[in-house]
Amino acid sequence: MSSVKIKLNQKEVDKLREVCASFNNEPDELINVLHKAQEIFGYLPAEVQEVIAEELNVAVAKVYGVVTFYSFFTMIPKGKHPISVCTGTACYVRGAEKVLDEFKRRLNVEVGETTPDGKHSLSCLRCVGACGLAPVVLVGEKVYGRVSPDGVAEILAEYEV
Amino acid sequence: MAKYKTHLLVCGGTGCKASASDVIKDKLTRELDEKGLADECQVVMTGCFGFCEKGPIVKVLPDNTFYTQVTPDDAKEIIEEHIIKGRKVDRLLYKDPTSKEEISDSKHMGFYKKQMRIALRNCGFIDPENIEEAIARDAYAALGKVLGEMTPVEATQIVLDSGLRGRGGGGFPTGLKWKLTAQEKADQKYVVCNADEGDPGAFMDRSILEGDPHTVIEAMAINGYCTGATKGLVYIRAEYPLAITRLKIALEQAREYGLLGKDILGKGFDFEIEIRYGAGAFVCGEETALIHSMEGERGEPTFKPPFPSVEGYRKKPTNVNNVETYANIPVIFLKGAEWFSAIGTEKSKGTKVFALAGKINNVGLIEVPMGTTLREVIYEIGGGIKDSKKFKAVQTGGPSGGCLTEKHLDTPIDYDSLIACGSMMGSGGMIVMDEDDCMVSMAKFYLEFTVEESCGKCAPCRIGNKRLHEQLELITQGKGSKENLEKIRDLCGVIKDTSLCGLGQTSPNPVLSTMDNFWDEYIAHVEEHKCASGACKDLMKYIIDAEPCVGCTACARVCPVGAIAGERKGPHTIDQSICIKCGACVDKCKFNAISIK
Ligand SMILES: Cc1cc2nc3c(=O)[nH]c(=O)nc-3n(C[C@H](O)[C@H](O)[C@H](O)COP(=O)(O)O)c2cc1C
Ligand code: SF4
Ligand code: SF4
Repeated sequence: MSSVKIKLNQKEVDKLREVCASFNNEPDELINVLHKAQEIFGYLPAEVQEVIAEELNVAVAKVYGVVTFYSFFTMIPKGKHPISVCTGTACYVRGAEKVLDEFKRRLNVEVGETTPDGKHSLSCLRCVGACGLAPVVLVGEKVYGRVSPDGVAEILAEYEV
Repeated sequence: MAKYKTHLLVCGGTGCKASASDVIKDKLTRELDEKGLADECQVVMTGCFGFCEKGPIVKVLPDNTFYTQVTPDDAKEIIEEHIIKGRKVDRLLYKDPTSKEEISDSKHMGFYKKQMRIALRNCGFIDPENIEEAIARDAYAALGKVLGEMTPVEATQIVLDSGLRGRGGGGFPTGLKWKLTAQEKADQKYVVCNADEGDPGAFMDRSILEGDPHTVIEAMAINGYCTGATKGLVYIRAEYPLAITRLKIALEQAREYGLLGKDILGKGFDFEIEIRYGAGAFVCGEETALIHSMEGERGEPTFKPPFPSVEGYRKKPTNVNNVETYANIPVIFLKGAEWFSAIGTEKSKGTKVFALAGKINNVGLIEVPMGTTLREVIYEIGGGIKDSKKFKAVQTGGPSGGCLTEKHLDTPIDYDSLIACGSMMGSGGMIVMDEDDCMVSMAKFYLEFTVEESCGKCAPCRIGNKRLHEQLELITQGKGSKENLEKIRDLCGVIKDTSLCGLGQTSPNPVLSTMDNFWDEYIAHVEEHKCASGACKDLMKYIIDAEPCVGCTACARVCPVGAIAGERKGPHTIDQSICIKCGACVDKCKFNAISIK
């Protein structure tokens, strides 16, 4: 997995330590800690994982193993307005694949990539449970329902500023 | 809720919220304030009504008026017409699709007529963020009864007698599971609520937690009392932020009211609940994987035995139950095991919640007695197939289940009959497919899911499913032969027999059941390289017929990749090497000159 090399400043390291401490530095709480860390940094680069491993007193390899196991965690920064197309069964049956293709075409990225300007990343997700609105697309936290390939341009236009 | 004459219930489920139902709620409240009606009429944001297809929904009590597809702009009219003048807003009422008549009372809607709501009894009736409303509808009464009048053994016996079986997929008798955990001797035991709901297309657990979180808390406490556990954990998907928020609020309120914590209801029983988050891994719904995930590990399953009831979370006896299973518990104690076991079929008692989705008119969440037929569910409750297309199949049991066809429509739904038909109950996802869906592609779709979600621990599942997927890929690309079909059957057998956990053991089911029921379709793919439904893009071509083509250039202008060439007023042609088969040209041609071959 490719990752981005960054250097954490002291403030960020302290912040991470605080997060770990709020879970009593319990190794059991690794997943909860990672959720919090990703909330703060937007992603989980190797440097963040190293600090967490040290604080919870577990091997860095273990933290890495957990991060890469769960699809919710990412080591690549997401776009400013991340786009997720639901490819759960209900959305698939109602044409999610065509919608996804249209996003790929218009943004010129593949699933899991971010546009060069850092604006949009494209990912798939499995069922947000709003199957009545299938096919569903999420941009950030905003839910778009009954999206057709024709509607893709309109959604993207909302973020053109 | 007594002091108000009228209640306006606004659906606050994830689906309706995505369509601005909170703005509707605010507007209704503001209108009432302006008209000075705030003391007579209350607006409540509830959990899901189930009728997601026609959301956002606003329901008026006591007369049960059911307004569909409401927009914020309708708020004023609802208040002025319905609340003040007593005249229903006809244009917002649900119209029966066959009789075209407006139905004002939801009890008479085809969607609700055949339903029986036990697990969903409070969803859509209460404000899930207000414990008082839950209590007004008997929340925690069962807990009071159990703690006050029964020993753990007596209470467990009632669950056993009810015949309740686990709703998370396996269908294991719930009472027996409780008994097994209770028998273990340990200084600490745990009860766990499985709210991972990984089956894509199923959303009943989410709706229960969003609409009636207290029922789960109450049932877990009863479960704790019966098994001797003082600690409960809810493992919930991180993809369900609204359910998480409402559960947190409910836990806080339950603690405030002394319904959680030390010495509950003064009966000397201590019980606490904590939340643990999933992080997007389907296999974590499997109970041993779930336990490892809660311990901060990779969510890989381990061999059973030992079962969690013997050695689970932190190596202590642990009872794992599904959200919907829990939602049935309080009612069983209030109405009795006999009442519950009178509902359903011989071996499957009570009701089951299904998430109806796909090519069906009424997408939504439904609850029916076990033994209801697929036909009743799809045609009477679901309102039939979308756009008057022909029914082809219904998929139950998600990635572990199978596709059922026309000939299974009159099968009564229960755990055992679905298995006999080559599918399974699973968690209750029900995806309806019509003539436009290709069954080979469907099987491939599920396999893609399995390949992505396999934890990789054991070879048959990790490698076998990948190979299986490749075989299907060849077939949908028109490169398959009958030999591939034989290979597929063999591989399916090996994967089923040798995988470590339920994920691998059931992953070939979608393939096997579509082969059993739609063999002709597989044959057409490998022998004639044809996909009748037109779903397999590689097996089709867009062709312009020179005869009717007048050279209007409409198609060439719309083609996104410039695959169409031709002189104005002369016949056009499509360059197959460029065409991406989007179909845009077909829709644009007024002369029906473009066809799919
Ligand atoms: C691959 C796999 C995924 C599962 N996913 C879920 C799930 O999302 N929710 C659930 O309640 N049970 C799931 N189960 C079943 C659980 O292992 C377990 O049987 C269930 O939570 C027990 O609760 P119940 O007896 O109340 O059904 C899954 C099983 C397997 C093999
Ligand atoms: S069957 Fe699949 S998911 Fe289950 S343990 Fe094996 S590799 Fe993991
Ligand atoms: S199907 Fe799409 S890509 Fe192919 S010719 Fe028609 S418009 Fe162009």
